[in-house]
This record gives sequence, structure tokens and C-alpha cells, in this order.
Amino acid sequence: MVLLLLGLLLTGGLYTAFSPAQAQEQESEAELAAQGRELFLVGCSFCHGQNGEGISDAREGYQVGPSLVGVGAAAVDFQVGTGRMPLAQPAAQAPKKKVVYNEEEIAALAAYVASLAPGPAIPDAEDYSIEGLSAGEREEAIVRGGQIFLTNCTACHNFNGSGGAMPRGGYAPTLRDVPPRYIFEAMLTGPQNMPNFSNGNLSPEEKRDVIAYLGSLNETPEYGGFGLGGLGPVSEGLAGWIVGIGGLVGFAVWIAAHTTRSTKEKAEA
Amino acid sequence: MSVDTSKVATSNANKAATPKNGGPAGSIANWADERLGLATVMKKNLRKVFPDHWSFMLGEIALWSFVVLLLTGVFLTLWYTPSMGEIQYNGSYDQLRGIHMSEAMASTLNISFDVRGGLLMRQMHHWAATVFVASMMVHLLRVAFTGAHRKPRELNWVIGCLLLLLGTLEGFTGYSLPDDLLSGTGIRAADGFLKATPVVGTYMSFFLFGGEFPGEAIIPRLYTIHVLLIPGILLALIAAHMLLLVYHKHTQWPGPGRTEQNVVGFPMLPVYAAKAGGFFFIVFGVIALMGALLTINPVWKFGPYDPTKVTAGSQPDWYMGWPDGLLRLMPGVESVIFGYTISWNVMVPILIVPPLMLVILMVLPFIESWVTGDKREHHLLQRPRNAPTRTAVMVALMTFYGLAWAAGGNDIIAIRFDLSINQITYFLRAAIFIGPLIAFWITRRWCISLQRHDNETLLHGYETGVIMRSADGGYSERHLPIDGARAYEITARDRDEIYELESDVDGNGVAAPGTRVNALRAKLSKSMFADNVQKPTTEELTEAHHHAEHEHQLQAGLDHPADGHQFDGHDSAVEGHELRSR
Repeated sequence: MVLLLLGLLLTGGLYTAFSPAQAQEQESEAELAAQGRELFLVGCSFCHGQNGEGISDAREGYQVGPSLVGVGAAAVDFQVGTGRMPLAQPAAQAPKKKVVYNEEEIAALAAYVASLAPGPAIPDAEDYSIEGLSAGEREEAIVRGGQIFLTNCTACHNFNGSGGAMPRGGYAPTLRDVPPRYIFEAMLTGPQNMPNFSNGNLSPEEKRDVIAYLGSLNETPEYGGFGLGGLGPVSEGLAGWIVGIGGLVGFAVWIAAHTTRSTKEKAEA
Repeated sequence: MSVDTSKVATSNANKAATPKNGGPAGSIANWADERLGLATVMKKNLRKVFPDHWSFMLGEIALWSFVVLLLTGVFLTLWYTPSMGEIQYNGSYDQLRGIHMSEAMASTLNISFDVRGGLLMRQMHHWAATVFVASMMVHLLRVAFTGAHRKPRELNWVIGCLLLLLGTLEGFTGYSLPDDLLSGTGIRAADGFLKATPVVGTYMSFFLFGGEFPGEAIIPRLYTIHVLLIPGILLALIAAHMLLLVYHKHTQWPGPGRTEQNVVGFPMLPVYAAKAGGFFFIVFGVIALMGALLTINPVWKFGPYDPTKVTAGSQPDWYMGWPDGLLRLMPGVESVIFGYTISWNVMVPILIVPPLMLVILMVLPFIESWVTGDKREHHLLQRPRNAPTRTAVMVALMTFYGLAWAAGGNDIIAIRFDLSINQITYFLRAAIFIGPLIAFWITRRWCISLQRHDNETLLHGYETGVIMRSADGGYSERHLPIDGARAYEITARDRDEIYELESDVDGNGVAAPGTRVNALRAKLSKSMFADNVQKPTTEELTEAHHHAEHEHQLQAGLDHPADGHQFDGHDSAVEGHELRSR
């Protein structure tokens, strides 16, 4: 049964991928959403409700799963595309993990959730890429992005994008080596503890610049040598004690263990 | 091998020896001596003896890393601009080009990216500071655990504590100078600490910053403090510390031939000059390697300071970590008195506890000598186990420090070990009170057990690991006497005397003056020493030796005298019945 369903889905997915989109875009979008609904009912509705309306816990203020009405395709693409959803277990935070759905399925789920109410769409590659800019514009974009990053992002994600702690076991994850699309979507949709940087708040160009800055950090070498996790003075202090004091005390023991007497046999006079 | 007779000294026979011409070096030395009187000074000091032990070199790490700090620091001053004047950065670092920042920050970036060897020097300077304060701390622990701060060295202990304080302040002023986001956050915190002082807080803050925070005065002021004021005091105190070390002579571990009146070791020249000089190059080398290989304070990633920005992982350098930890642990308690807010949440962890801890540290040797009433000079070190209460007090202080320190890194602990920052804080809030008590108790009992073990070893010998079976089938382990030198080391300690209040009235039956203080002293003395295990008496030792000899004789008559030596590689010593050293 599952196999049959998957087979159907795959065929459907392939069909939508290869079918001429121009003429039947409206129709295929609806079809995709219908496929997405099937997947949604199996994998998501337990927490988010059969119509994505969310399920409230009996206790006030607690939610099994939030409403997905109006979160848009971008939220689905981020949450499912990075493996955060479906959730393995309710906890302080949904961790990034192995991705469960394939690309077609994620597109179908996104289409379904997007069909519930208008919401942010999945960004196009040119939204978050500085490829099209001239060298001078690129540099400006990176510098501007760095300042936006330091103003809005480092308070939780740390100056190096290494991540930081949030209350009650939550955390701001590392931003290094995260694909640009997901960084853009995260800013757009504000997943979990993260605030929402809507396009009115941080324009698409500014989002692009932040991504360009993070990309530039990945490309520039660690000028100072091994970065010690990019965590700031705590890891530096640890290194100072272990390598510095540990090493020097080791040398002190070595020096003191060697007396002045040479072990070489003296020539007999 | 044949002997090269040309190098063998010929006899002077009846003629008085005449010194050979010393060559050019000799004549220069002679020239200098005739004008500066160096020979008299050198004759004594070049032969000055220092005892040899690895733990005596911990303070040396601090000294040599201070030298590295001076060298690299001078290099940095050549390019650093201590100014908060705003300029546009146009250096080599792409990600900040065109950004407006202070000249201090721009020159730091310049040192990092455009001055040859500048980043290496910056990182070496910072690592050397890290190692400097850390080695002072390790040195302090060594001194305290071995009782080297007893008379006559109490004042040197106080100087050492001041050095630790000044080193910490010097570090703080130093890492504030780049005017990057992290250092600016630190200065902002310092501003908050000043402002938390009741009544005079805002005045102090305005005085330091030359107006409202951040102003334009703080960086030049910190620079003067960092390169002139504190280093000057540090140098003077280091000189005093070392002169007192030479004057008091170095302490030594007890051992055969070592007394309270002598120092057994190697002379300054050639041995110690070589060892210490070599150690300088090792310290320099380790710091240079760290500077070359490990990133410290990548200011370019922090960007210039801006009061509207902050980054996760904003911690001070490690030596300021424990007050920061206390600050993180303290609940947000404030009270309003006559319309003025008293910020207990900042005052207690920053303005009260750290200075209090420093005072406690400084008065430790004075309290101890008051309780013991011991006014003798001590040049022989104590093993930590032989002062169980002191060792336990130090471990309790270390536990307090360590827990506060951990609290300072609670966010990093949370993300690295998948824990909740709230739970870490709740745990540490309790542990900071309970932990030191548990540590005190465990350490004290542990020391006393080790003392007991020493006595066992003295009286019954060491465990050979040889299991013997007797004629009637019982099993027992062979014990052999330890060698004389070892026994000497273990027994080279004083018996603890418990001070007892003789009478609370004087000869006339009137309440004696100072009774209450003396009663406290007696109480403390009792709790410090009453549980200690004293070394065995001469009679006990003689008795134990007789017992061992007796046993030995009993077995000598057997076909196979089984004293265990057949098995431990010392069987050549079996002949003869006297007690062997091994």
C-alpha cells in the first residue's frame, strides 16, 4: 500500500516535473497541492491538524503543533528541506537532521501549505545570489551585509556564525555551511525562536547581502590560524590553559627531571 | 684512551699561584669591576644556590611570559593609535572596507593585516597575557599548597596577590584597547559596574569616561593605564617579589641534608642560568607557536564597537570569567531606598565578592600563623597532606572559583553539551554554596587518610605485592621497610600543637583580657589540627624495626628465607640479616 502510494507519488512528481508548465500551470499547481495534501495527512497532520489548522494542547498556552495557515511555501521548504520537520520528538528545539522527504515531495508539501493562505514563497536563486553584480557592487554588498549581520544576527548566532545558547535548552544553530536558500527562508519565515525578518523589515537585497557576507567568511581563510570553534574567549581560555600552561608545566617537569650530570661516560684520565 | 698531558695542570710547587692573564674578556671585566664593584656582587650571587623541583618553575613561566608581553607590547605600540577619532577603514580586510570606525580599531586592523608580522605579534601578546595570569595562578596554588607562604614570606605572598590583581586589570585594559565589538561590550559592562556603586557610581563613571558612556576619552585613558601605569607598578612589584625571593632564599622540599638553615641545590652559574635561560626560550617558543597557530580575538570578525550591537559568546578573557559567572548566577535583586536603586544583582557579584575573595587570599598566611601561634621561620616545604585544613581551604576556594568560572561560560557549555542554560544556572546557584563545603570535607579527610598511609608505610613498610602462604595455609602480603631517605622525607615534619586556652581568668581570678579572642583561637586550632595524624614517635619506629628484624631472623632459619626479595629483583640483598635500605 505504502509502496503503491509512493509509486503514485513518484510518477506524479515526475509528471509534474516534466510536463509542460506554461499552459497548465494553474492546474498543475493545484495537482501538486493535492499530492501535498496526501503527504501532509500522513506525515504532518498528527501535530498540525488535518487542514493545517494546528492542534492545541489541553493546557493553556501549549501547542502540539502550530497552525500552518499563512506560513507559506518558504517555511515548509526550510523546515522540511533541512530535516527539522517532521519532528522526531517534542523538545526544546527541532534539530537539523537527515531529510526525510525528497525534493518533489517537499515541493508538493510546500504547494499544499501555500494553498492554505497567502504566505512567503520559496525564493529564487537570483534573490540570494550576488553573481549578477559587478566586483565593486559585490564588495559593497558584502560589507553592508556584514554590518546588518552584526546588528541583527550575532546576538544569537555569534560573530562567527557559530551559534549560541537560547533559554531552556534552545539554541541558535550555526550558520556556517548552511545553503543560502535556507538562510534566506529562515530570515523570511522566522523558524522556532528566531524573529521574523519580513521583506518590509529587511529588504530582499539586504537579506542577500547578509548571505553574501556569510559566504565571504567561508571563503576567506582563518587569518589567525586554527579558529578554536569561533566561540570567543571561553575556548581561547581553554586553549591557553591546556596548550599554554599544560605544555609549559610539561616542559618544567622535563627540565627539572634532568640534572646537571651528563649521562655520557667520562674519558678516564 | 691516552691522556693529553698538555692540559694537565703543572704543580705550583713552593711558588704562590699567579692568575693567568684573562685575555680581552678578563680585562673588560676587570675594567668594569674597578668602576662598578661588580665582582663583590657577582661573587656571591653567581654562586647562589637554588633547589631543584619542577613546581619551583611555575613562577618562572609568569616571569618569562611577562618578558614576552613587554617585547610584543612594545612592537604593538609602534603602530597602535590610541584614539577614538572616527575614520574610514580602507585597509586590506575586504569585509570591513569603507566602514567608519575609531582610529584605535582601524590601527588594530592595520596591525593585523598590513603590518608585517603584526598579527603574529598581536596574537602572541594576547596568548602571553593568557599564560601570564594563568601561570601566576598556578604558582599561587603551589605556594599555598606547600605552605611556602608561612613566615618569613607572608609579605611576598601579599605582593604576589597584588600582582595577580594587577595582571588581571592589565589584561582587562589590554583587551579593551582594540575598540572592537567584544572589547566595547566589556567596557560597557565595566561602566555598568561603576554605576552600580551606591551614591558615587554615576560620578565615577562620568569621571572615567569623561562624560556619558562611551565618550571619546576612554581608549586613550585605558592606553595610558595599560602601557604606563600598571606595567610600571607590575615591574616594581615583580622586582620586589624577586628581591625578596633572593633575600629569603628559596624554599626546599625536606630531605636528607636539607634543613631550615641551608639550601641544597645547584648554583646560579652555570646550572640555573642555563636552566632558567633555556626555559625563557621554551616559554617564548610555546607562546610564539600559539600565536602562529591559534586564533585569539579575531577583531576583524567582531567589527568596530557600536553600542547597538552585541554578539553571542561575549565573554571576558578567562581571568575575568569568574566575576562574570557570579554576575550570571546572581538573581536580579534590587531594592529602592529613598528613591535610589541599589543594584544588589551587580554589587554583590562584582563589587563585593571578588574584592572580598582577594582579601581572604591575602590574609590566609596571617590567619594561619595567628591560629597556630607559630612565629618560627619556615624554609622547608610541607606536603599538602600534612596541612589537611589548609589544603582543604584552598581546594574549597578553588571549587568556588571553578564553579563561578563555569557559570561564566554557561552559554558555551549549554550549546556544546546540549544542556539548558537555565538548568546549568540553577544547578550552579546551589553548587556554589554546597560545592566548596563538600570539597573541603573530602579534601580534609583525604589528606588525613594519606597521613595515616604514611604512618603505615613508616611502621610496616611498603607493600611488595608478594603474597606468601604460611604452613597452615594462611595468605599474607609481604611488607618491606622503605629506604632511609624516603623515611626521612616522610618524617621531616613538625608535630601539630593544639593551642588550648589555659584559663579564662588571670592569677587574681579576674577575667583575663583577650579571653574571647583566645577562646576563638583555641577553637580554630582544635578544628584545624585535632584530627590530624601525627608522625610515629621514635619508640614506635624502633619497635616496628625490631618487629621487622625479628621476623627476618625467624625466616632466616628456613631453607628458603622468604622475605620477598626473591621476587622483586633485589635478591642480592638477602645475605646478611641487618635491615636493608631496599
